Amino acid sequence: MSATSTPNAPAFVAKTKGGRITNFVDERVGGSGILREFGRKVFPDHWSFMFGEVALYSFVILLLSGTFLTFFFDPSMAETRYAGSYTPLKNVEMSVAYSSSLDISFDVRGGLFMRQVHHWSALLFVASVSVHMLRVFFTGAFRKPREMNWVVGGVLLILSMAAGFTGYSLPDDLLSGNGLRIIDGVIKSIPVIGTYTSFFLFGGEFPGTAIIGRLYMLHILLVPALILLMIVLHLFMVVVHKHTQYPGPGRNDGNVVGYPLGPVYAAKAGGFFFIVFGVVALMAGFFTINPIWNYGPYDPSPVSAGTQPDWYIGFVDGALRLMPGIIGDWKVEQIWFGHVFTFNVLLPALVPAGIIFTVLFTYPWIERWITKDNREHHVLDRPRNAPTRTAIGMAGFVWYCVMWAAAGSDLIATHFHVSLNDVTYWLRALFFVGPVIAFIVTKRVALALQRKDREIALHGRETGRIVRLPHGEFIEVHAPLDEYKRYKLVGFESPSPLPAEPNAHGVVDKKEKRRAKLSQWFFEDRVAPATPAELAAAHGHHGTHEAVEAGDSQKTLSH
Amino acid sequence: MKALSQKRRHPLAAIALLLMGLLVSGGLYAVATTVNQAKATTSFSANDAEEGGKLFAANCATCHGMGASGSKDGPSLVGVGAAAVDFQVGTGRMPMQMNGPQAYKKPAQFNDEQTHQLSAYVASLGPGPSIPEAGVLDEKGDAANGGELFRTNCAMCHNAAAAGGALTRGKFAPALADVSGKHIYEAMVTGPQNMPVFSDANIGPEGKRDIITFLKQIEANGSPGGADLGALGPVSEGLFVWIAGLGVIIAFTIWLTSRTS
Amino acid sequence: MGNHSDGSPNHSGTVATAGQNEVEKFQDPGIPPHRLRLADTDPKAAKRAERQVALLFGISVVGTLIFLVAYFAIDLGEDTAIATIRLQNALLGIGTAFAMLGIGTGIVHWAKALMPDHEVSEERHAIRTEEDRLAAVRIVDDIVEETGIKRRPLIRNTLLGAVALAPLPALAVFGDLGPRPDNTLAHTMWAPQDGKLKRLTRDPDGTPIKASDVTIGSAFHVIPEGLNELHEGKLNEKAKAVVLLMRLNPESLNPSAGREDWGYNGIVAYSKICTHVGCPVALYEQQTHHLLCPCHQSTFDLTQECKVIFGPASRPLPQLPIAVDAEGYLVATSDFHEPVGPSYWERDEHERNINA
Repeated sequence: MSATSTPNAPAFVAKTKGGRITNFVDERVGGSGILREFGRKVFPDHWSFMFGEVALYSFVILLLSGTFLTFFFDPSMAETRYAGSYTPLKNVEMSVAYSSSLDISFDVRGGLFMRQVHHWSALLFVASVSVHMLRVFFTGAFRKPREMNWVVGGVLLILSMAAGFTGYSLPDDLLSGNGLRIIDGVIKSIPVIGTYTSFFLFGGEFPGTAIIGRLYMLHILLVPALILLMIVLHLFMVVVHKHTQYPGPGRNDGNVVGYPLGPVYAAKAGGFFFIVFGVVALMAGFFTINPIWNYGPYDPSPVSAGTQPDWYIGFVDGALRLMPGIIGDWKVEQIWFGHVFTFNVLLPALVPAGIIFTVLFTYPWIERWITKDNREHHVLDRPRNAPTRTAIGMAGFVWYCVMWAAAGSDLIATHFHVSLNDVTYWLRALFFVGPVIAFIVTKRVALALQRKDREIALHGRETGRIVRLPHGEFIEVHAPLDEYKRYKLVGFESPSPLPAEPNAHGVVDKKEKRRAKLSQWFFEDRVAPATPAELAAAHGHHGTHEAVEAGDSQKTLSH
Repeated sequence: MKALSQKRRHPLAAIALLLMGLLVSGGLYAVATTVNQAKATTSFSANDAEEGGKLFAANCATCHGMGASGSKDGPSLVGVGAAAVDFQVGTGRMPMQMNGPQAYKKPAQFNDEQTHQLSAYVASLGPGPSIPEAGVLDEKGDAANGGELFRTNCAMCHNAAAAGGALTRGKFAPALADVSGKHIYEAMVTGPQNMPVFSDANIGPEGKRDIITFLKQIEANGSPGGADLGALGPVSEGLFVWIAGLGVIIAFTIWLTSRTS
Repeated sequence: MGNHSDGSPNHSGTVATAGQNEVEKFQDPGIPPHRLRLADTDPKAAKRAERQVALLFGISVVGTLIFLVAYFAIDLGEDTAIATIRLQNALLGIGTAFAMLGIGTGIVHWAKALMPDHEVSEERHAIRTEEDRLAAVRIVDDIVEETGIKRRPLIRNTLLGAVALAPLPALAVFGDLGPRPDNTLAHTMWAPQDGKLKRLTRDPDGTPIKASDVTIGSAFHVIPEGLNELHEGKLNEKAKAVVLLMRLNPESLNPSAGREDWGYNGIVAYSKICTHVGCPVALYEQQTHHLLCPCHQSTFDLTQECKVIFGPASRPLPQLPIAVDAEGYLVATSDFHEPVGPSYWERDEHERNINA
């Protein structure tokens, strides 16, 4: 703009071709403002910040490979006889959907590869979303101002599972068909509307001839569109908030330290897309995923041992397995007022997932209420420096993992040569005890790590060099830290419990008392960061340390 | 002769010789094995039964009782037939290492001839399923039909890809790779341990031949998609993506965000 | 209680009430000084890095070529061996992997080794100014005020009512997704047709089963006669009608009152559809007489009329009453006496109707 609007001034000439193209585009459609804002935006660099990108890139791979698959896949449930080239299924009666999936695998060049790329990246997509969320949780990145983005992330997690599940069912093979049958059983257990919902979903009785087409529509249109929308929202908020950063020298809540987007960060992030694609391609080239030709066409009579859903639905399936249907002599399924309440299905299918997602969505507000911390946080917590939060997270994670393991109880039994029933009994116990143990152990480990940090900050790093003093004592020489490394260990907040405060009317109400108790629970066990005064006190020793190295005979502390 | 001796020095001569040697030994082996098979299905001589009886008294009677009439430690074997003995002894399941939920497959304790004699002895005690004829074991049946029969009758325990599966209280259905067609056939007709019996009235000999054809075909084919991760389904796939997939990607992220020296 | 903010592992008490007071904190030393890389100081190293990047891009080109060769040189068709498909798949994978990893690692190596690696600090700006926030809140307040919605509750309430009802058509319009459930779930193909009892036939080929075929220890997977001839809704019927037929020693069966003649000489037939969520319960252990569902491990005891002895199912498997016809074939004397498969809201009502 500037070049044309002021014709008399000497024109600014771009140095590179890229610069000239930028100039050309801007003169016609504008947009230089955006580039000015983003071109040198700073992004902090840490390996654990890359999981969001892994998720984004696997989604792009999913769109690319998925589009290819739609060209060959036919979501019809009409009966046909297989005429493709896989002999163990020749002339077998099956649905068109299954037959076209087989054709993709055996008769379309590169089709099998694309199917495997699609499925592996789907598993990777949900896995990286999950790991990304774990990272955000354990580092406290969900705190103000990022609560809403955390919620969007949670919605993305649910959508990614929905996308995965609708896709899992499409080939209409025996494994996914039995998966659908389980879903149908769960839906039928819903009080009042269950049977209606099932009939509407399947277009009548299970399996009907409608479900694959309907899931296909959801899988290729609605769910990806919603995911895309959420990703746009998510990234928009990332831009508004700028990225968080780990604590360290030069980093505070008022700045962001890292590499500018152009060129370094853009190159790394862009290159990373190709790396993720390459890794997925390796998996797809060398490792079978979802061998539908093994499972055969869906038929309500057969079933295969080891019938499981993909990993992200595993925890629900595991919960279904863990729930006893009869406790003592009491049937968990009850008939009240002439209607059936199928608690043995309803409870495990809804309650654990309900708890996990409710806590997930509300956690930022719960913690904000307990801590009364209404400040903006851009510097992350190292997990050890928030022991209670870390312990809560680990308790939830272990709970999830117990259910997850239960989904593979039969494989645990066969591979470790133990009784299937015993595996279930143990996992039932762990379902209740596991999170408690995880909470306690994690908190202790976090506190111990904090103590270790203190120790290192005050007395230096163990060098492994053992020195013998003239009077015979052996000590290990400790090397002092430089101030940058030390700041990394001491530069964190260690809030103490916040006692109950009277409200506007000068009254301490019940809710506030409860909050104070929770605050006590949250912060009572803590290890405060080392202070300069303590360091100075410890330095007295260090002085002698150095003397020790010089051969002085004075006794010093020996760690 | 001169021509031959000259050609002997030809660089390909060694290879030709090697090929000839392989062909001859392979051919001899093939003949030998067919002879062996033929022997396995021929009827038993009185001598076989007698020798088998001695072996039985020495090795099996502790549990199965004298005259194979059974004891509290082992069932009666009257009427189980030669197929049951050939399966149990031939796969090393019998004699059992220890009492447990299930007899494990292990290296066979008796050689082919002894197994043959034991089978002869048990077969002489009462009528039962006999060792299958070679005709149903030729692996030339209809694999597609075999696959359908396998999925309906076998896959729920043995897994759709015959990778095995769990049963109640420590029992399991074994994987079927590397199990000979003969043993698969014998297992079907005799129903060893907790496996139900699939008599010829249930699945005819043709159907059994198809099943064996199917199993041998998928075993020989392998997975078109690469390593099959144990053919255990979504659990092994999930573990793989979490450990190997994410593991490799994390290694890349660490490299990517580290500083070069 | 109190603050266990102790730094030492042995005892509580305090080293630090510290951390709250700014003065006692360590001062931030600022971003560490920039350390030069080898490639920054040594032109040879820079040249080497440049060559490495170029080599990685070269590998990418090779990968693309591998992909193209694997795609065009290997054709799939009628008689392609599985090994050929596996080879093509592996080559496509390795080609793509080289192509992608070559570019990816090349760019990243370039960025790491040759592009400037000074860490930069950028100020964070407030997401919005305090002024904007107040103005926005005031505007919203004014808008709400001007609508007068607070002063006119009639308008507000009718609007809320209208808005609450408006989505109903959007729900109702999905009413034709499927038929409304009637009592189809309560009936299966086993019900005698025109007075003719249905024979038990083998799954999948549909041949009838003689009682004498079923030896002790056998398990037959059974479908009703005529199922394979259905043109419409074959799988729907099969999903309800599949049955597992077993024979055990008649002494081990303990039929309850009214069920004495539901079996024949130790031959019994039970629905194969799990009462939990509907997987086929097909694992029959012929010595323990247990039936196991491979999906969620519900275990049913055949000697106790398929009572649940383990796992998440709550109800026994429904039994199909069977007998033998004049020609010696097994037939079902009636339909199941209860709906098969997983429970549903109206199930109990259906069961009462059947037995009424």
